[in-house]
Amino acid sequence: MNMLRKVVMLAMGVLAVWAFQVFPAAPGSAAPAAAPDDVPRSLAPYFTPATSSPKAPDADGFLQRWLLLDPIKKPNRTNAVFTDTYVRDALNTEYFPNQFSVIPHDGDKVTVAGEELAWHALDSATFNVKVFRFAYGLNKPTYGVVFWAVTVVNSPREIPNARMAVGSNAASMWWLNGKEAVDLFTDRRMVMDDCVSKRLTLNKGRNVIRGAVINGPGLSDFCLRFIDENGDPIKDLTVNLADAGK
Amino acid sequence: MKSYILATAVSILLALAVLRPVLAVDGEPYIHDPSTIIQCDGKYYVYGTGGGGLISDDGWTWHPGAVRPGGGVAPDVIHIGDRYYMSYARGGGGMSGGHASGVHVMWSKTLDPQSPDFGFKDDTIVASSDGVEDCDAIDPAFLLDPTDGRLWLSYGTYFGFIRLVELDPKTGKRVAANQPVNIAIDMEASALMYRDGWYYLLGTHGTCCDGANSTYNIRVARSRKVTGPYLDNMGIDAIRGGGKLVVGASGRFVGPGHFGLLDLGDGVQKFSCHYEADLDRSGRSVLDIRPLLWKDGWPVGGDNFPEGTYEIQSERSGFALELAVDFVRMAGRGMGGFGPPAGPGPGGFRPPAGPGPGGFRPPAGPVTPVPAQELSQVSANWPAGNIDIRIGDYMFRPHQKWTITPVANVGGYPGSPYFKIAIAGTDRALAATADGEVVAVPAYTGAPEQLWRIDQLTDGTYRIMPKSMPNSQEPVALTAVGASTPTLAKFDPKSDKARWNFRKP
Repeated sequence: MNMLRKVVMLAMGVLAVWAFQVFPAAPGSAAPAAAPDDVPRSLAPYFTPATSSPKAPDADGFLQRWLLLDPIKKPNRTNAVFTDTYVRDALNTEYFPNQFSVIPHDGDKVTVAGEELAWHALDSATFNVKVFRFAYGLNKPTYGVVFWAVTVVNSPREIPNARMAVGSNAASMWWLNGKEAVDLFTDRRMVMDDCVSKRLTLNKGRNVIRGAVINGPGLSDFCLRFIDENGDPIKDLTVNLADAGK
Repeated sequence: MKSYILATAVSILLALAVLRPVLAVDGEPYIHDPSTIIQCDGKYYVYGTGGGGLISDDGWTWHPGAVRPGGGVAPDVIHIGDRYYMSYARGGGGMSGGHASGVHVMWSKTLDPQSPDFGFKDDTIVASSDGVEDCDAIDPAFLLDPTDGRLWLSYGTYFGFIRLVELDPKTGKRVAANQPVNIAIDMEASALMYRDGWYYLLGTHGTCCDGANSTYNIRVARSRKVTGPYLDNMGIDAIRGGGKLVVGASGRFVGPGHFGLLDLGDGVQKFSCHYEADLDRSGRSVLDIRPLLWKDGWPVGGDNFPEGTYEIQSERSGFALELAVDFVRMAGRGMGGFGPPAGPGPGGFRPPAGPGPGGFRPPAGPVTPVPAQELSQVSANWPAGNIDIRIGDYMFRPHQKWTITPVANVGGYPGSPYFKIAIAGTDRALAATADGEVVAVPAYTGAPEQLWRIDQLTDGTYRIMPKSMPNSQEPVALTAVGASTPTLAKFDPKSDKARWNFRKP
């Protein structure tokens, strides 16, 4: 290989790296607005359908199996409005019947403001549940929305002094077994263990987690795990949505 | 005129009540050449020149009462096994014109003079100076080497060398055939400590015993071997007069000397010293206990916590402790693009297309300051009862500014009184709850759960602990269990979760 060819190849390599950085192809950072409308969308690679077998948390204790409802429209052109009072009002609003008690099944439907929305039982490929990608993949609104999420965790033992640790983009509220556990107010970035509940008890057997994430513009996601009294993740849990509603 | 004088007097008294000086320890802390502070049966003891010493239940309030026979000067004390070894010197020090002196060691099973086990035994001379040689055998200080259990004693003053001898930790007597090693000059009140592979020789430079005009200051040099050579930060050997400053005069305190390490564990180290003159106490020599910090492998004398108004910043997240109340937007929205849109339009994330407030452009009119948000603008909507505490982006807003004031007559801990921590301009005080969380109560009552211990850690951050939780004596510290969530938990010295910074707001 002569010197000129080496230089040209090196320059092309540098350009390729530069181009990759400026126009990333990774699915996690692709700009949705750039996708032509006629390109089929899907939940891949962010989500797969939940299976019927129990799913353990990931190695760090994050719950990755959730029932997600199609986004509810809640127009907000900025996240600056997400004060405690606003978020509490917005997420305590009943958008559909039995919103705070129902344990849905995959494919169940509810009607919100005349629009039919479906529940989807999904496994997240990542520790954080990318609800923006969920909405985008289903050709649903991605900005100015509320995402509802439900999961059912089985614990092999009663665990006192546990804490629910949540990160979300943007604001969110979370309930454990019907009781408010963690609130994340203001315009938030998704940081693991951002807001943590007070000490609570995970029941032996079934525990129902319900949450709602509100977002104006921008990406939206959340992550949730339980930590013990030493701050270590609780990992001997399972999630099985197949019989969640039973 | 009378009413004017009365009003002025009241104003001065109120100002004095709020702007108390930072005190050296409380009580009757009058002492010179203090020993290392030592705990025995739950109490703190410190001994000084002339016999006797001080006792404290909590390390904050000190009273006379410690007993040491033998008289003489500048004792030191160490606890090894079931013995408290006491060393002191008789003669020398240039007093009465002589430098002939003997360093004594004796021991007792307890330091409590009321105990039937109290009584010093086996008073033995372990080192001496003949009055002619270049050494004055006073100011002894112990070091029990944590690496091998060997016991060392340094001594000496400005008259010649600081010397090091080895003692038998089982008896306190000199190891047979051990010869003194010269390790420094132009120093007195030496002390030794070990940390992370280094031996540190601390000593006092400057002029002693001249009250408010004493130039005493504490300096340090270090060595990889206990026998030296001890070099300072400039590589100057202590045997040539080297020594890096640890602490000098400041505030109302003149002439710190006689360093003594007080290691409280969990990353909290303090040091004791005397001031040649406390200008708030008739210029008398008093005891103090201050934080010991470490920077680049060198000890640094910290300051006692000054009252004031602060941001309390989490070392974990960099966020600030705050009331969990609605964020209230303030004036000064310059760019216009990031706030809620006033009406229909593209809004969002672009500067205005046409002329307007536009924070990215120079102001169209005169440059004017934006007033800070005031407490009165936001507090009306705060809940009347308890308010949860969280950690959030610091925006120097009223719900994030904490006024911290020492509280008198409620005891304290080594070197400090307890503090009240309340939202500035209010009586909403930080309090521990029975379930191990923190809230702001609507009104401060002085209850133990509203009193806070603030210890500076060796890295300069702080540990914040309630005096107690309701119905519990378990020691707990303010801890960022989440990036944005505080709680109370057992202090973990290895984590940034329970480390906090106090920053001027």
